[in-house]
Amino acid sequence: MYEKAAWLTVRIGLIGIFLSIILGFFCAAILYYKVPVLKRIVTAYIELSRNTPLLVQLFFIYYGLPKVGIKTDAATCGMIGLAFLGGSYMAEAFRSGLEAIDSIQTESALSLGMSKYQVMRYVVLPQAISISIPAFMANVIFLMKETSVFSAISLMDLMFTAKDLIGLYYKTTESLFLLVIFYLLILLPISILGSLLERRLRHAGFGS
Amino acid sequence: MPDLGLEVLFKGKNMVRLLGGLWVALKISLLAVAISFPLGILLGALMTSKNPVVKGILRVYLEFVRIMPQLVLLFLIYFGSTKAFGWDLSGETAAVIVFVLWGTAEMSDLVRGALISIPIHQYESSEALGLSRAQTYLYIIIPQTVRRLVPLSINLITRMIKTTSLVLMIGVVEVLKVAQQIIEANRMASPNAAFGIYLTVFVLYFIACFPISMLSKHLERKWR
Repeated sequence: MYEKAAWLTVRIGLIGIFLSIILGFFCAAILYYKVPVLKRIVTAYIELSRNTPLLVQLFFIYYGLPKVGIKTDAATCGMIGLAFLGGSYMAEAFRSGLEAIDSIQTESALSLGMSKYQVMRYVVLPQAISISIPAFMANVIFLMKETSVFSAISLMDLMFTAKDLIGLYYKTTESLFLLVIFYLLILLPISILGSLLERRLRHAGFGS
Repeated sequence: MPDLGLEVLFKGKNMVRLLGGLWVALKISLLAVAISFPLGILLGALMTSKNPVVKGILRVYLEFVRIMPQLVLLFLIYFGSTKAFGWDLSGETAAVIVFVLWGTAEMSDLVRGALISIPIHQYESSEALGLSRAQTYLYIIIPQTVRRLVPLSINLITRMIKTTSLVLMIGVVEVLKVAQQIIEANRMASPNAAFGIYLTVFVLYFIACFPISMLSKHLERKWR
């Protein structure tokens, strides 16, 4: 049972994180290039999603939106909720990476005769990515942890299974122990991978 | 125009009840902040000590609490510890305990980060200037640390407030639970209440957290 629930947690978490990376990337690009109207919308979106809890967002999507005709099942709702929350965190991580690149880098690259695309591809992005990796990995762990909330919208994830087992058999200690073990199994590798990546990419930093 | 179920808000004392629920959530988080910040500062300072045993124990505690989802911690304390030790905990007490544990871990990590970020030449130069150890800390290290720390810890407060929405799951009657009750009670009269009420909860949380995170951003910019 736990195994199945763990897979569900991982699957929804990964899809949600993937969506949030894409969303975050677009939002960061919009902020970086200062696209006129979209910039306002993105800023508002980031503030809105960063200042409200995921549980409230999920309840709104899952119970509130069907009332105005937008229906989603629990799994889709979970992914959308995670992407909505994660998008803003990812956007912030990417944006801070992009902004950390001094404008002198772009200018020198341009004066070397590189095209705008080349500047982005060979000069700005490699540095920006290596700078934003720590924040990025922290976000991945944070989002993976947030998936525990999904049990509230009756998705059969780890949390839900544990609660179910406690209710059915009254084996509180065993269920909770397994719950902890499974979360460690999911989250520890990500955390270790994160610190490895951070060390590996450190060299790309300039002057630090 | 579809019925959005907002009128339920103004029926009877519903708005006041929602605000009361929000207050429960805020109370838990503020109490936890008040306890965990001093503890976190203490532990954070200890983390920079050279003693390997102290460091090892703290590290395990920190990693465990930070890697576990807060909901799991809530379950561990509320269902696990009560069974294991046979004591009785109300949902609110359990919530405060969990948020203190978690807040202390997060805070100590922030303190450690801030202390480490002070370059060693700051210590050496103040020694070269003939300042005593106490003076070095009082006039050189602490002011710089505080500047780095304050925006981050204010940020932590908003995270705590947001995370208190989880205490719903261990049976504390906070804003989301009140929202559920209101929706249930008005199921017949206005079936669309779920939209309006949850939207209101959404907005309430935003109103609670937005000013705090703005303050943190402002301080960060001002002190850079």
